[in-house]
Amino acid sequence: MGGTGRAVKIGIYRKFGVYMEDNTYPKMYLYRRLVQAKLFIDNHYAEAIDLDLIADEASFSKFHFIKLFKNTYRRTPHQYLMFVRIQKAMELLGAGMTVSEACYAVGFESLGSFSLLFKRAQGLTPSAYLDQQQALKAEKAKVPLRFVPGCFAESRGWITK
Amino acid sequence: MVLDQASAYDFYVNKLGFKAVVDVPMPQGGRWLTVSAPGQPDVEIVLSPVNNSMYSAEKVALLSGMIKEGTFGVAVFTCDDIYATYEEMKAKGVVFTKAPTKEFYGTEAIFKDDSGNWFSLAQLPRP
Repeated sequence: MGGTGRAVKIGIYRKFGVYMEDNTYPKMYLYRRLVQAKLFIDNHYAEAIDLDLIADEASFSKFHFIKLFKNTYRRTPHQYLMFVRIQKAMELLGAGMTVSEACYAVGFESLGSFSLLFKRAQGLTPSAYLDQQQALKAEKAKVPLRFVPGCFAESRGWITK
Repeated sequence: MVLDQASAYDFYVNKLGFKAVVDVPMPQGGRWLTVSAPGQPDVEIVLSPVNNSMYSAEKVALLSGMIKEGTFGVAVFTCDDIYATYEEMKAKGVVFTKAPTKEFYGTEAIFKDDSGNWFSLAQLPRP
């Protein structure tokens, strides 16, 4: 955990130096710290993230951080982390990965809680979603031109009426 | 219209966070590549290549020049929090030609894609 903490600190400080001050607006530094925290979640969702550490590195008290984050992103940091993991899991399942592989790949430690969270968020279980995606892919593979607008294809002589 | 589909894919998907909806090779060359904004999957933006399989060499030169110069500004993207969106896009390397500025219709910023097309990014006042 100490190693991760150092990495977070270095990561956030390095990013501050990246771009020049063109013009400032009220709360600019506040927004930047918030955005860095959000991007950290985006880039490290598959790891065991310590949200207390992120709040700390962004120089907010935990309560303040959660409140500001929710105001801007409509979800608490924890809810957002779950959201990102589920979205990535959906992409992986769409690419044909098995449910348990996807579960651990996105950072969940328990298959049971992953399935529960997934079902709550998406309305169907990960396996049902996987089957659905496979069926969709099989359909697309059969008729690829179906997904290209007809008139576009026609004007270029690919299909004729 | 974009100058390079691979580069445009990287811009729209990785920097703007859009999702590729359709990405199939076209018989004449190039890809039929469309993307849509998260939360709005029914509106697809076509990243159409300007290349010799679609247009004459003359047209390709003409169009490429105009695109690079920033002739085309084809959409307004709205967002809930322009400063958060602006900071995130900047952190990902998106070039802005206008920083968020209060106008009478809301707060607006202007950015360019990798080809030169420009877009308005706006936060509109809550009704």
